[in-house]
Amino acid sequence: MKWDEFFVTGEPMIYAAMVSIVVVSLAIPIALTYFKKWNWLWMNWLTTVDHKKIGVMYILSALLMLFRGGVDALLMRGQTAIPDNGLLDGQHYNEIFTTHGVIMILFMAMPFIIGLMNVVIPLQIGARDVAFPRLNAISFWLFFAGAMLFNISFVIGGSPDAGWSAYFPLASLEFSPTVGNNYYSLALQIAGIGTLLTGINFLVTILKMRAPGMTLMKMPMFTWSVLITNVIIVFAFPVLTVALALMTLDRQFGTQFFAMQSGGMDMLWANLFWVWGHPEVYIVILPAFGIYSEIISAFARKNLYGYKSMVVSMVAISLLSFVVWAHHFYTMGHGVMVNSVFSITTMAIAIPTGVKIFNWLFTLRKGKISFTTPMLYSLAFIPIFTIGGVTGVMLAMASADYQYHNTMFLVAHFHYVLIPGTVFAVIAGFHFWFPKVFGFMLNEKLGKLSFWFITISFNVTFFPLFILGLNGMTRRMYTYSESTGYGPLNMLSMVGAVGLAIGFIILVYNIYWSVRYSPRDIDQDPWDARSLEWSTHSPVPEYNFALIPTVNKLDAHWFAKKEGKPLATGKYEPIHMPNNSGLPVIMGALFFFWGFFMVFSWWIPAIVFGVLILGTLAYRSFEKDHGRYISVEEIERTENALRGAQHEN
Amino acid sequence: MKIDHSVPMEYSTDENKMKILGFWIFLGAEIALFSTLFAVYFTLQGNTNVGPSASDLFHLSPVMIETILLLSSSFTIGLGVHAMRLGLKKPMMTFFGITLALGAAFLGVEVYEFVTYVGEGATIQTSGFLSALFTLLGTHGLHVTFGLLWGGSILLQIKKRGFTPETANKSFIFSLYWHFLDVVWIFIFSFVYLKGLM
Repeated sequence: MKWDEFFVTGEPMIYAAMVSIVVVSLAIPIALTYFKKWNWLWMNWLTTVDHKKIGVMYILSALLMLFRGGVDALLMRGQTAIPDNGLLDGQHYNEIFTTHGVIMILFMAMPFIIGLMNVVIPLQIGARDVAFPRLNAISFWLFFAGAMLFNISFVIGGSPDAGWSAYFPLASLEFSPTVGNNYYSLALQIAGIGTLLTGINFLVTILKMRAPGMTLMKMPMFTWSVLITNVIIVFAFPVLTVALALMTLDRQFGTQFFAMQSGGMDMLWANLFWVWGHPEVYIVILPAFGIYSEIISAFARKNLYGYKSMVVSMVAISLLSFVVWAHHFYTMGHGVMVNSVFSITTMAIAIPTGVKIFNWLFTLRKGKISFTTPMLYSLAFIPIFTIGGVTGVMLAMASADYQYHNTMFLVAHFHYVLIPGTVFAVIAGFHFWFPKVFGFMLNEKLGKLSFWFITISFNVTFFPLFILGLNGMTRRMYTYSESTGYGPLNMLSMVGAVGLAIGFIILVYNIYWSVRYSPRDIDQDPWDARSLEWSTHSPVPEYNFALIPTVNKLDAHWFAKKEGKPLATGKYEPIHMPNNSGLPVIMGALFFFWGFFMVFSWWIPAIVFGVLILGTLAYRSFEKDHGRYISVEEIERTENALRGAQHEN
Repeated sequence: MKIDHSVPMEYSTDENKMKILGFWIFLGAEIALFSTLFAVYFTLQGNTNVGPSASDLFHLSPVMIETILLLSSSFTIGLGVHAMRLGLKKPMMTFFGITLALGAAFLGVEVYEFVTYVGEGATIQTSGFLSALFTLLGTHGLHVTFGLLWGGSILLQIKKRGFTPETANKSFIFSLYWHFLDVVWIFIFSFVYLKGLM
């Protein structure tokens, strides 16, 4: 590594990015100092172990990353909008589509979902926090360190350029000599450890901390989906850990795992990557199914149709998710038998997914539907996602896949499942649970406006790609000549992408508007919803529930409302809560620097930071921290204040 | 915090029970991790390039010594947990100490083996087979190293604080970890070494 290669140079866009990074990183500390907010930031946010605040931090980071990944997307669409365009050169285009993929999947979709899990799951099962609150904070800060490390690659050293799947030999040192793919392997490694810890944490939380009476088959559907998702996380993420470690070894320590000439095997990477990568797709889609189940049942004013079949189908999907990975590379020649088996398992996934679609439709049937913003997203999801699903079955047929493979058809397919599947779900969930966390609602008018912009523009952006793909336009192609005839449809897609950008800007403006003007006099249950989180105050007090509710059936909160009986009775008792800790954020910072030095193979500082990380573990082990108690008087004071606020209005 | 005296101390609080369950789940993830490494090894074991093959490289005696050392350490940590349940501080510490010493001896033999391999021209960079071998063994060895640091700090805490629900819980979880490393070694011994020697 030469010093003159340290900063990426020669591109006006990159200089602009550098300037904006410097401006932002100066503006934040100056603003904090000016408004005297350092202490507030440290006490309330950086050291917090409160699952609700951690969830909010996850979601804020995810929104930030949505815009970073969105700018990448706009650049790609801008580059391909007209034939022979010179907006980006080939190398830059490679970097942009790689970071777009990685950021959207791992640093946008995942943290958004984990953020919603954090906010909702303990409330939904009637618990006061997750099983391991401090581990939860560590998970967040590891994700954040990974995300930041990945993002600085753009200006320092160069971004990865071998696609989000980083296939070998393209991602090897020989063909990708910059440090870009070192960033890829290390940033994902750090964030991945955080995700694995989240998986363990939420499994224990859901298995051990449910309110009395809430048996597994009385859990809300979102909790079920998260339980299954976390099982997938625990078994899939170690595969990614190994794959990334082998990538680091190959690129930085001269091992021969993926180099053909010395006894390695490039297909080994493809297999390892997708053994993790395919379950990963279900990690981001199953919680989305859970969110839709909650929202559709709440706004159809009916209980969820086919609860048991919903659970069974999710379990089936989670099992199948581990046996379909080879469908990502049918064309790489592993023979008829293997292709047939993976074709069949892949098509089989359509069955449980179809069951779920029909369950949602039957939940809607004869319901009293209220068309709120979250419900609109859920209703739009069903038909659009079905298009994605059906094209998925087309791609699942190995022989036909030779035609579609690596074309824009595939790109259109996975955007048709991931955007209405995951992105619509997290936005719907965001609107739905926002009042629970903050005590006021997002504006419905602006919400619906952004919904229409996003939904219509989504189809304008991605439907043309199906046709382009069938016409033979391959993916990851940075330009094309006019004679191909791809121009007009690409231009149409560009128009849609701009519309999507406008939709997301309206969404953010809605947050700003609602923070300033939205009325604060809402009830604890503004949507008249069904599950336990709506039975406590909005915003939720630190301890969630002053008295732990007792549950005797599914949707117990709904029935308690109808019958006018409270879910929890008894006298307040002191509540045991965990103490805040600065250790997680410090660990995040240490991991960030460790990763950074590893990227550049600067061993001495990397070892120093590695030892410091071990030091924090030892410190934690020896530390005595038994948490603290919230006294009965304080609970009474808080409860009266929250109840009083609602009675006044 | 409610302490339930009807169960062993490491299970006596809700927090302890959750930590033990959480650690079992973590071990599930570790099984996935080592399975992946084994899969990589089995895929690449025949790809020896210009380097030695498994039967050229392996000798039974150091591996046998490693196996005996690690298996005995699993036995002694079992005795340590048994002593802990009887409330015997000193025997517990002794057994844990012996366990860690056996672990350190195991590591010593492993390092000696690695040095021998490298001396014979078999480095991690030589071939796909050797990359996979060193990574699999090295990951296990790193786990043992981390175990020594972890177990050592738990011993210090037992010494200073005696048996409390917290320290008992930590010791018990550490014993799960240690047994797990033994299980992994059994697979390495059978499917890497014995199979390689054939």
